[in-house]
Amino acid sequence: MENKQSIETRHQDAMCTNEAEVQHPFWHNLKYLVVGIAFGIVFVKAEIISWFRIQEMFRLQSFFMYGVIGTAVVVGMLSVWLIKKYNIKTMSGETIKFEDKTFSKGQIFGGLIFGIGWAITGACPGPLFAQIGSGFLVVGVTFLSAVAGTWVYGYFREKLPH
Amino acid sequence: MIELIKQPWHWAVAGAIIGLTVPTLLLIGNKKFGISSSLRHICAMCLPANIPFFKYDWKKEIWNLFFVVGVLLGGIIATQFLSNPDTIVIADSTKASLSALGITDFSNLMPSDLFSVENIFTLKGLFFFVIGGFLVGFGTRYAGGCTSGHAIMGLSTLQMPSLIATCCFMAGGFFSANILLPLILKLF
Repeated sequence: MENKQSIETRHQDAMCTNEAEVQHPFWHNLKYLVVGIAFGIVFVKAEIISWFRIQEMFRLQSFFMYGVIGTAVVVGMLSVWLIKKYNIKTMSGETIKFEDKTFSKGQIFGGLIFGIGWAITGACPGPLFAQIGSGFLVVGVTFLSAVAGTWVYGYFREKLPH
Repeated sequence: MIELIKQPWHWAVAGAIIGLTVPTLLLIGNKKFGISSSLRHICAMCLPANIPFFKYDWKKEIWNLFFVVGVLLGGIIATQFLSNPDTIVIADSTKASLSALGITDFSNLMPSDLFSVENIFTLKGLFFFVIGGFLVGFGTRYAGGCTSGHAIMGLSTLQMPSLIATCCFMAGGFFSANILLPLILKLF
């Protein structure tokens, strides 16, 4: 019962709740570390973490970021379509389930707020980590501030329109 | 080969690899791609402060923290071993507009005019690190996801709310880059 409540809480405002049916030993998490490393390398090598790329994108002065996000969405869509069509299972044989997201006003208000921050910092949460790794240690302050922002959201969540 | 890797990668290559992260995470462990949630798990881990929103078993989501630590390590590896020897190519029009706003350093991925340690306790630091970062953390959680969760994972699974969120990310960004940012930069 307690577990159920924990899952429900976790599900609030989350893109996903990853409640795997199959439990794995702890070292299985290293898989995600490896995927993360590949992801971080792409971020730096395609210069997606650059503040300048974000300015180009929002000033409509370069196609680059639109190309990246557009390609990623198309590849993601095709992959998900294939997984659904052929009912492809995970490595450990689990069925892959997709849940529908429900609409909330948060997607509008929060989306606008994040967009404003994105253009200022030149980073969404992923690139924040890669920027720090790339040697821009000062972005550590941005990161701590982002954690603080998340915390403050959690604190005022019940009072905000959803 | 290594010379080719050291060059900046084409958008189609980067986009394809980022897109492939979606099925990779699904297939290796039924995980839905999302990054901003890591900030929430850090709150739940370090300072839940009895706030209901942070009272859950964050250990169940520890994969997400492994993932973002990987992103950080990837940043180190790419910069230390695979870094592009040439300076970054920025659109001339962007360079011109930013120069007019007082940005002088176009040699690196981030302009040192803004993103340097000396700026931490200045007005620049307040805007670009403290306020900017706060908006990113607050906004992504309020929206229920960021570029990865909504724009990539959400659109890949054809979620209408994610399309709305993505449009709002872009609208906020257009407003911020074209109207707010020039005002902020004029302060210095």
